Amino acid sequence: MNDITAPRFSSPDEVAARLDEVDYLSDEAIAATVFLADRLQKPILVEGPAGTGKTQLAKSVAELTGARLIRLQCYEGLDESKALYEWNYRKQLLRIQAGQGTAADRDWAELEEDIFDEDFLLTRPLLEAIRAKDPVVLLIDEVDRVELETEALMLEILSEYQVSIPELGTVTAEQIPMVFLTSNNTRELSEALKRRCLFLHVGYPDVERERLIVERRVPGISGELALQIAQIVRTIRSMELRKHPSVSETIDWARTLVVLGKGEIDEKDAADTLHILLKYQSDIERARHELLGTKPASRT
Amino acid sequence: MLDVLNDFIVELRRAGLPISLTEHVDAANAVSEIDLGQRAVFKSSLRATLVKSEDHRSAFDSVFEIYFADRRDLSQDEGPDDGSDEEEDEDDPDAAGKGAKGLKGAGKSMGQGGGSTMSAEELAQMLEAAIRSNDAQMRAAVAQQAVSRYAGMEPGRPVGGTYYLYRTLRNLDLDGVLEKVLEEQRQGKGEAGMSGLEERLARDELGARVEGMKRAVEAEIRRRLVEDRGAEALARSVRKPLPEDVDVMHASRDEMLSLQRALGPLSRKLAVRLTRKRRHGRKGPLDFRQTVRRSLSTGGVPIDPRYKHPNPSKPEIVVIADISGSVASFARFTLHLVYAISSQFSKVRSFVFVDNIDEVTRLFEVADDPADAIQRINTEADVIWVDGHSDYGHAFERFHDRWADEINSRTSVLILGDARNNYHASNAWVIADLQARARHVYWLNPEPSSYWGSGDSIVGEYGVHCDSVVEVRTLRQLEKFVGELA
Repeated sequence: MNDITAPRFSSPDEVAARLDEVDYLSDEAIAATVFLADRLQKPILVEGPAGTGKTQLAKSVAELTGARLIRLQCYEGLDESKALYEWNYRKQLLRIQAGQGTAADRDWAELEEDIFDEDFLLTRPLLEAIRAKDPVVLLIDEVDRVELETEALMLEILSEYQVSIPELGTVTAEQIPMVFLTSNNTRELSEALKRRCLFLHVGYPDVERERLIVERRVPGISGELALQIAQIVRTIRSMELRKHPSVSETIDWARTLVVLGKGEIDEKDAADTLHILLKYQSDIERARHELLGTKPASRT
Repeated sequence: MLDVLNDFIVELRRAGLPISLTEHVDAANAVSEIDLGQRAVFKSSLRATLVKSEDHRSAFDSVFEIYFADRRDLSQDEGPDDGSDEEEDEDDPDAAGKGAKGLKGAGKSMGQGGGSTMSAEELAQMLEAAIRSNDAQMRAAVAQQAVSRYAGMEPGRPVGGTYYLYRTLRNLDLDGVLEKVLEEQRQGKGEAGMSGLEERLARDELGARVEGMKRAVEAEIRRRLVEDRGAEALARSVRKPLPEDVDVMHASRDEMLSLQRALGPLSRKLAVRLTRKRRHGRKGPLDFRQTVRRSLSTGGVPIDPRYKHPNPSKPEIVVIADISGSVASFARFTLHLVYAISSQFSKVRSFVFVDNIDEVTRLFEVADDPADAIQRINTEADVIWVDGHSDYGHAFERFHDRWADEINSRTSVLILGDARNNYHASNAWVIADLQARARHVYWLNPEPSSYWGSGDSIVGEYGVHCDSVVEVRTLRQLEKFVGELA
């Protein structure tokens, strides 16, 4: 790492302010962790329930630093050739065949050196992030979906910012990218991975922050309606449901209410539009019952 | 600073958090990068570098609050407090009317546990005002007053503060205040009154403020305890096991609730792991049709054989749980888990017994939520035969008479209980017979293994016929067992 990237931020407050400019409302923990990730040059492991803005955080940081976002979506069965690099063997074959007629005198060693050259390397997201000359933000999304063994692929990148390719040698990063890993916590990540990262839990926001998020994301909403929405969502989250409404669902709900031209929510509106917030029939009925005090089985 | 950090990390490790050397170094680096004046940033930085699991957060928080108590409030108390009073007035003119009088009085008595100049009525009024206005400074002032007045703290007593907290909160009567303020708001609405929705929202909002008040009182008590006895001593007396290490048999009500909350994500995690294991375990038989189809592109030579997806049978589970008083909390907890992962098993049947046995599978099927089901098991299941003391022998015999024929080679039998049989006949032959019929018989014992076989425990007699007898006292042990089961 001959070229150390200059710090991007001067203080956590600056992080918060600049995130705010790109319409991402952070809190203290988020701002402090992003700040530290930049200073300590460590990746951030972002964990939390679905729909709380984990991926959005990476996108926003990319936007505010003017960096290119490189995204690796993880899934079961992801392997080296999809995550790191792959030799373009078709092109290699072509090269060998093209060489056969003209230069029969070329010896094999030379040819071998030739076909294991960067020209024949297909870079995948992780390697691309390392080799990028321009500033990049690397997002490794839903890292908990890959198998434990595949996780190990990432360890070298996460701690040393380099990739070892047997035929080529070690590729070291030109500059240290900011790295975000997101996880829905469907399985325990390995200690080795966790140790290399800063940990950030993004939970559901409190009423005040959720109100601000709604106001920011839904143009034309009144402060009163936003507050009421945030309060209702808090109440619903305190219930025992199969799935709690996420922030993105709150925003959808707020948009719907604005489109419907509601200035405030009365009981009927709430009952009619709950299905935007909740995705299971049993949840909808329970929430309706608890919110409005109606009997759950009063369907006629 | 590094020394304090070191002590702090040692204490975290004592509390059971796995903190590696790398993480310690990270924390030290982080601390040097930030402005130490900002307490929230400092806390977030330590948390980001040291705590790598959300479950460990509350343990971290409580140690942090002890080692890095909020000194800023402290200095305010000791100095003349006129300045802070004026701030208060500006911040919240609405609340000041009622609060200011109390605050002026409060200033004089804010020393260590000194006598109070505020009367109980004044304090109550101020509390109401604080709840109504939701103002942070006022909340802290009320907490200080309340602790001086009601907690009755004695210097040097080696306690964790729960008792002080309880005494203070009992005297404050927060629930009463909540109802009162709610009633006021209802009056404020005039003739129409509040709709169900409005009332619910108002109640939750006030509930959150009351919760904030409780936390303020707790923080105040903690601050005084640290002053009195020093961080290390206090940390030792409030140390609690991590959620996954809490002994289920002796869990307090709060711990039990947090355990049950932890069960949701745990069962999801287990379910994911189990499906994955099943899908990746092995290849299925050759898929002839697809192999031939694919061989067309290689001129009919089957270069790339295809296999069918494996379809291993899901195991059936029979759970037999002792629900007598001695192990009830454990059984309830385990039934919760079994049902949470029931989608992973083709069939789950559950039986409960004390000295008689009854099937309760249907109770789980009709109830939406396991808590309801467990409630109904306790009231409806026919489990008492003579006197309501555990009698494993009789219960097993009855089980054998009625259901033994339904146990087949795909069934795994789980027996939950401490095998404390009150010196009745053991009828261990039933277990032997079950083992012959079933795929596996496991015994989960919530007692520490050192107690097995002592007194009226006859787990040894049953154990010889089981595939294994496992000590399951904590969430961690249970998780491990279930992971190995499927």
